[in-house]
Amino acid sequence: MNVLSDNFALFREGFLGTVELTALSALLALVLGTVVAAFRVSPVPALRAFGTAWVTLLRNTPLVLLFLAVTLGLPALGLKGWDSFWLAVMALGCYTSAFICEAVRSGINTVPVGQAEAARSLGMTFGQTLGQIVLPQAARTAIPPIGSLLIALAKNTAIASGFNVSELGSVQKTLNADSGYNIFVIFLWIAICYIIITFAISGLFRLLESRLAVAR
Amino acid sequence: MSGSVLYDVPGPRARVRNRVYGVLSTVAILGLIAFLVHRLDVTGQFQAGLWDDYEYTETQQRILDGLLTTLKTFALAAVFSLVLGAVLAAARLSDHRPVRWAATVVVEFFRAMPLLIMIFLLYAAVFTTQQMWALVIGLTLYNGSVQAEIFRSGINAVPRGQSEAAYALGLRKTQVMTSVLIPQAVRSMLPSIISQLVVTLKDTSLGFIILYEELLFVGKSFAQQTQPVNGVYAFIPMVIVFGSIYILLCLALSSLATWVERRTQRSRKGAAPAMAPVVGESGSVTDPGGHGGSGAGGGTTAQ
Repeated sequence: MNVLSDNFALFREGFLGTVELTALSALLALVLGTVVAAFRVSPVPALRAFGTAWVTLLRNTPLVLLFLAVTLGLPALGLKGWDSFWLAVMALGCYTSAFICEAVRSGINTVPVGQAEAARSLGMTFGQTLGQIVLPQAARTAIPPIGSLLIALAKNTAIASGFNVSELGSVQKTLNADSGYNIFVIFLWIAICYIIITFAISGLFRLLESRLAVAR
Repeated sequence: MSGSVLYDVPGPRARVRNRVYGVLSTVAILGLIAFLVHRLDVTGQFQAGLWDDYEYTETQQRILDGLLTTLKTFALAAVFSLVLGAVLAAARLSDHRPVRWAATVVVEFFRAMPLLIMIFLLYAAVFTTQQMWALVIGLTLYNGSVQAEIFRSGINAVPRGQSEAAYALGLRKTQVMTSVLIPQAVRSMLPSIISQLVVTLKDTSLGFIILYEELLFVGKSFAQQTQPVNGVYAFIPMVIVFGSIYILLCLALSSLATWVERRTQRSRKGAAPAMAPVVGESGSVTDPGGHGGSGAGGGTTAQ
């Protein structure tokens, strides 16, 4: 029971590390995912092909491999000054962006055809149609799947512990190695930390969902 | 579909503009790829010395061994997780409340836990020397819970009239499940089951972090053993070679999922005459429910 009180600073640091990693990579994933989704429905074939390749490649790559490619590859390509935290944000953000893209795209598909047609008949360009008419409506249907994707992202941050980032997974690893405590009790506290994070995300998205539903 | 709705059929000016954008974006993308290749070349990743090792049969044998280990882990985890998923789904659909609650708690807990945290626990507490079982059991617990939810939602998605009709014929619950619901549910569930198997295959690479000798670990240790050529380590060639193997494996499994999905869709279309009355029936079933306010209409006629 006193694992937590003995190592409170370690737990706090790990918890904040996980939260920070989740928040930053979620931001990157949302931005990248929306941009790639816009590519995938754009009138320019080259961009569509790029979007398809991005999604197919990243959805079929194991995250550990992507971490390895980013941590070993980017420094070799000249990005020397980056520390492991930002490399982890890159890997997690790019990986999740492929899934976000698909969620946004299926959201775009559920917007009634008449909306885009009306926008076009008003003389709006593709960018205006997508940005002002379709995406705001697509957001409503895309929000529940995006919520579960971000929960998956929060769980995936544990992989960063294998790549020198301090977060909850690495706390578990150091405490396990640092014997003297019951391993199951350590696990229990780590589990509670993760459950707090995932509950916070699902609560946030439930709130968002109900807020946007009122606007309908 | 949405693509054609979002923009007008391009006229002559728009076509020119799209072509200009197309050329510009192609140039940008090709430029990015060329820059990457150039950087790799400048930093000396394409020196023959770094790639020579892949020509030896001993190396290829090691890669093959790693691949087989990964596939063995995947096969065990896939079979166990399907079995666990079936058991948990049956428990969640049980008529006994305690069984249902217990299964719900198990499923929700293992779905909410990061897989790596589970694997660390199993590795540190139970399987300290056998990483394979830590990995397989961890994968089984997580993916089994996810598969259980897929099975349950698949069975719940079969139209209610099917099970009502089967009960009306006097079948027991087990018979309703095995001979009426599961055969129909499997068809709609199969694509989701296979995509979850792709996730299982991808997650076997987590063994890398607990130092289990699967494909990715073989690659890393292999790159570490290779003598650096002109001060360049063999990590990038390793990522390229092993990355392609993983991506090809996962792509093969995903394309199986899309193939199955397309096939089941086609067969459903082919069986249109058989399907049409079912649609009409389910429509007429929902209507009385809407009028009566409670779905008890069918129950009262049965009594």
